[in-house]
Amino acid sequence: MTPTLECIETIQGHNDRVWDVKWSPNGMLLASCGTDKTIRIWGKEGNKWVCKSILQDGHQRTIRKLGWSPCGNMLASASFDATVCVWDKRSGEFESSATLEGHENEAKAAVWSQSGTYLATCSRDKSVWIWSVDEDGDFECAGVLSVHSQDVKDISWHPFEDLLASASYDNTVKLFKEDDGDWISFATLTGHSSTVWSVAWSKDGSRLVTGSDDKTIKIWRRFDPGNMEGVHTSGEDPTWKCVCTLSGYHSRPIYAVSWCHNTEMIAAASGDDSVSIFQEDLSAGDRAEPVFNLICRVRHAHEQDVNAVTWNPSVAGLLATCSDDGTIKIWKMTGE
Amino acid sequence: MPDKDNLNPLIHQRVTPRTRLKTTNELDNDVRDPFDQREIFDLIRDINDPEHPLTLEDLRVVTEKDITVNDEEGSITVLFTPTIPHCSMATLIGLAIRVRLLRALPPRFKVEVEIAPGSHNSEKAVNKQLADKERVAAALENQHLLNVVNQCLTIKSNNYSPAA
Repeated sequence: MTPTLECIETIQGHNDRVWDVKWSPNGMLLASCGTDKTIRIWGKEGNKWVCKSILQDGHQRTIRKLGWSPCGNMLASASFDATVCVWDKRSGEFESSATLEGHENEAKAAVWSQSGTYLATCSRDKSVWIWSVDEDGDFECAGVLSVHSQDVKDISWHPFEDLLASASYDNTVKLFKEDDGDWISFATLTGHSSTVWSVAWSKDGSRLVTGSDDKTIKIWRRFDPGNMEGVHTSGEDPTWKCVCTLSGYHSRPIYAVSWCHNTEMIAAASGDDSVSIFQEDLSAGDRAEPVFNLICRVRHAHEQDVNAVTWNPSVAGLLATCSDDGTIKIWKMTGE
Repeated sequence: MPDKDNLNPLIHQRVTPRTRLKTTNELDNDVRDPFDQREIFDLIRDINDPEHPLTLEDLRVVTEKDITVNDEEGSITVLFTPTIPHCSMATLIGLAIRVRLLRALPPRFKVEVEIAPGSHNSEKAVNKQLADKERVAAALENQHLLNVVNQCLTIKSNNYSPAA
């Protein structure tokens, strides 16, 4: 049976472009944000997704992206007003508990490390900031990484190590790690010919997927020193290499990619209004040259650009998207 | 007043007439009229140049022939030609054209605004910036910049002298 992506709900609520949607770590809540400067938290009641709360007055300008803490009690929001707000729901309701200032202009993303120890933020000011989070929920800047030559569009933490990937308008992806108390960049991934809009890790953390303004999706793999494929490495650091390029599927920029940690499928959202799903063909290719096939495509997923796509972390095949058309959609993969 | 990039720009004759005869189809309310080059040109011809009391049409920064429209696919490309290859206003002009079209057209259209190939020293950099929807959105939340764009888009009555 051919896999299909069925829209099970269209959620209206934001008054303008919706920039981001993120599932809470247990997959029960969906947070969204956008040009209307609000964050909305959606939950399922019966068969319907309803708005549980609206978080406002945290930002003066567009809210670009959201990030949940791994415990699900905190939510960070990155805004064009150059700040990052942290919202805490340990009291029951979400309340603004901290405002992180430091970026010179638009903050583009804020994500928690899987350990919960760090929050990373990035901005058009070309920098990535690492904040350490202590037990009382206080934030302290642990590093300012200014290695990109342009706007940093997206950041993503490794699924279990304290490694960070950043994607930029300078067409590259960079990787960061902590080395003797200092955060340093240890790899630069070049290959995209335009802005890299989105970056996500595979479940085992050995691969990355990126989506770009050059209309392609790339899969990158880590090759450790002494690897069987004979890929050159220097010192103790692994080499990251592009092992697969998916092109010709989208006619406009790829704004978001999401790698499902249940099914290993990759979802991509594009400015051509469509959403596509790719799956690795394990019977073909190998580690150095994997084969990914398009298994499903919704050409007209939204009325306008699709800005974000994200797999639900607990329900396999459940997907959320959001768009310039002001809506959020929930999708279910069937038939695979 | 700061020095202008181009002190003495060439002013062109307005060649595209202001009015056009309607076709039978256009007069028929039951027929859907697709968007065409001319309609897009009419939307942007009167945008004011940021430096001179002249329109983009007067300076031949925009022309009808440099507009491509595919109504069915919902795509529009506008190529514009800065008056000089080092014009520092190129990004602003492109932004004004983009904003004009964003405001006037139905949202189904994907609009690309680019510098005509070979007409500017920083063509690639300007095009990349104009194509970045995130940067455009952030720029339009900057009140100062928005005011400047709105000035370019405020139509002056003397723009309406008939074309030759």
